[in-house]
Amino acid sequence: MHYMLQFYENAAERAKPNDPAQAEAYWGGWTAYIGAIAQSGAMVSGNGLQPPEVATTLRVADGKRHVVDGPFADTKEILAGYVIVDVADLDGALEWASRAPCVTGGAVEIRSVLPPPNA
Amino acid sequence: MDRARHDAADQAEVVARASYGKLLAILAKRCGDIAVAEDALGDAFAAALAQWPRDGVPTNPLGWLVTVARRSIGHAAGRRQTAEAAIELVQLLQDEREATVASAFGDERLALMFVCAHPAIDSDVQTPLMLQTVLGLDAARIAACFLVSSGTMSQRLVRAKRKIRDAGIAFVVPDRTELSARLDMVLSAIYAAYGTAWEDVSGTDGKLGGLASEAIWLARLLRKLLPDDPEVMGLLSLMLHCEARRGARRDAHGVFIPLDRQDASRWNGAMIAEAEALLRATSLLAAPGRFQTEAAIQSLHAHQRVTGERFTEPLARLYDVLAHFAPTTGVLVARAVAHAENGASTNALRQLHEVRGAAEYQPWWAARARVCWLAGDEDGAWAAARTAAGLSSDPSVRAFLLGGGFRRAE
Repeated sequence: MHYMLQFYENAAERAKPNDPAQAEAYWGGWTAYIGAIAQSGAMVSGNGLQPPEVATTLRVADGKRHVVDGPFADTKEILAGYVIVDVADLDGALEWASRAPCVTGGAVEIRSVLPPPNA
Repeated sequence: MDRARHDAADQAEVVARASYGKLLAILAKRCGDIAVAEDALGDAFAAALAQWPRDGVPTNPLGWLVTVARRSIGHAAGRRQTAEAAIELVQLLQDEREATVASAFGDERLALMFVCAHPAIDSDVQTPLMLQTVLGLDAARIAACFLVSSGTMSQRLVRAKRKIRDAGIAFVVPDRTELSARLDMVLSAIYAAYGTAWEDVSGTDGKLGGLASEAIWLARLLRKLLPDDPEVMGLLSLMLHCEARRGARRDAHGVFIPLDRQDASRWNGAMIAEAEALLRATSLLAAPGRFQTEAAIQSLHAHQRVTGERFTEPLARLYDVLAHFAPTTGVLVARAVAHAENGASTNALRQLHEVRGAAEYQPWWAARARVCWLAGDEDGAWAAARTAAGLSSDPSVRAFLLGGGFRRAE
């Protein structure tokens, strides 16, 4: 089954890549983690994301586009990236999620991927 | 002829009741969808009720039911018309050919119990889900025991089953590294079922009494499936100790009787003997845990009542151990009382004050009344007893507290 692991980071975790004293350990942790998923053969795809300050939100109402700078609501934990993994079951996904560097400084939300509609 | 038909119908019912969880577990593991498995099993039971009285009971009733139910799942899968379903169908037909002997099926109920108590399932629904899938209890009965409406309970159960299917929770027994943590959740879910009956101190609600025996049945099943686990034995021992006293907890007028005033001759001796034997067996395994400790505490309470001997020191020590395994509000409150009974009432008062969020917790105030009394603070004891009575929903518990029940003899 395919699962999306969504990596959420709290403020302290988000500050790490911008702190010279912590940046190396931060990126090292993520590189090792993503590398381990890839090496195991479970990696389907994935990306890190720019922070919400860079986000642009679009809504269409009455045929008009409403473009807003930034996210709609500010939350304590922000989505920092995601991967899609191919594992046997939820426990397999939980196993990978538990190894994510952000799991102690945020959270990992696990969502199973909806199978494609019947052909 | 009529007689034979009746027998066949009876037998269909007996098989249904005794094998519901076993069959459901086999089917659910195969298709990964509890709701689909339930429907298929329902179809199979309906077919049995129609055919067995007419054609006679098959030589292998369980195998017959599984085959019919699997065919029904196969048809449902066929209707979905996906390539995946076709593969599934081939697999199902293959299994069907192999499933000629009932004893060839392993008991999948253990895996089913682990699915129901998976950490990804909301803890509120774990116990109801286990009661429904393993025992076949209907949602209305479960709802009554958990004090929610039947509709609410049905919704929770449907949602949980959908989650298990769509999140891909595997029907497997966790491996050794995870087994003990996950087993703890299974045991807690079973104990919660027992708790629904125990809270009902008055015993007036007939609907509630029943879940105690269902919980004990589940623990017995678990013991059969995991015969060497000390915590499983501990839980069963604990529940048997509590259950043995059921008849003695009320007098003829329904008035609550605390343990130290119960008539021990009204306790169920067979249950106590079994509980004690289990506890002895766990001690040989030398792997203590929460439920074994709770069982040991209940065992000491029983000995204390029967022999008249006081075991205040070992009880205080056991509560310390229990607080280490399960530092819940209830355990911390009970530990403070145990220490006070053992002569450390000042220390016990301090322990009570360290318990957080207990302002509206009735047992905390009842415990405070007793601890204050033992510490020689009579005014404090009466004040705490009045607050505890004000927080109690049970008239006889209220009467016990307002009548100064905290003054009971050492």
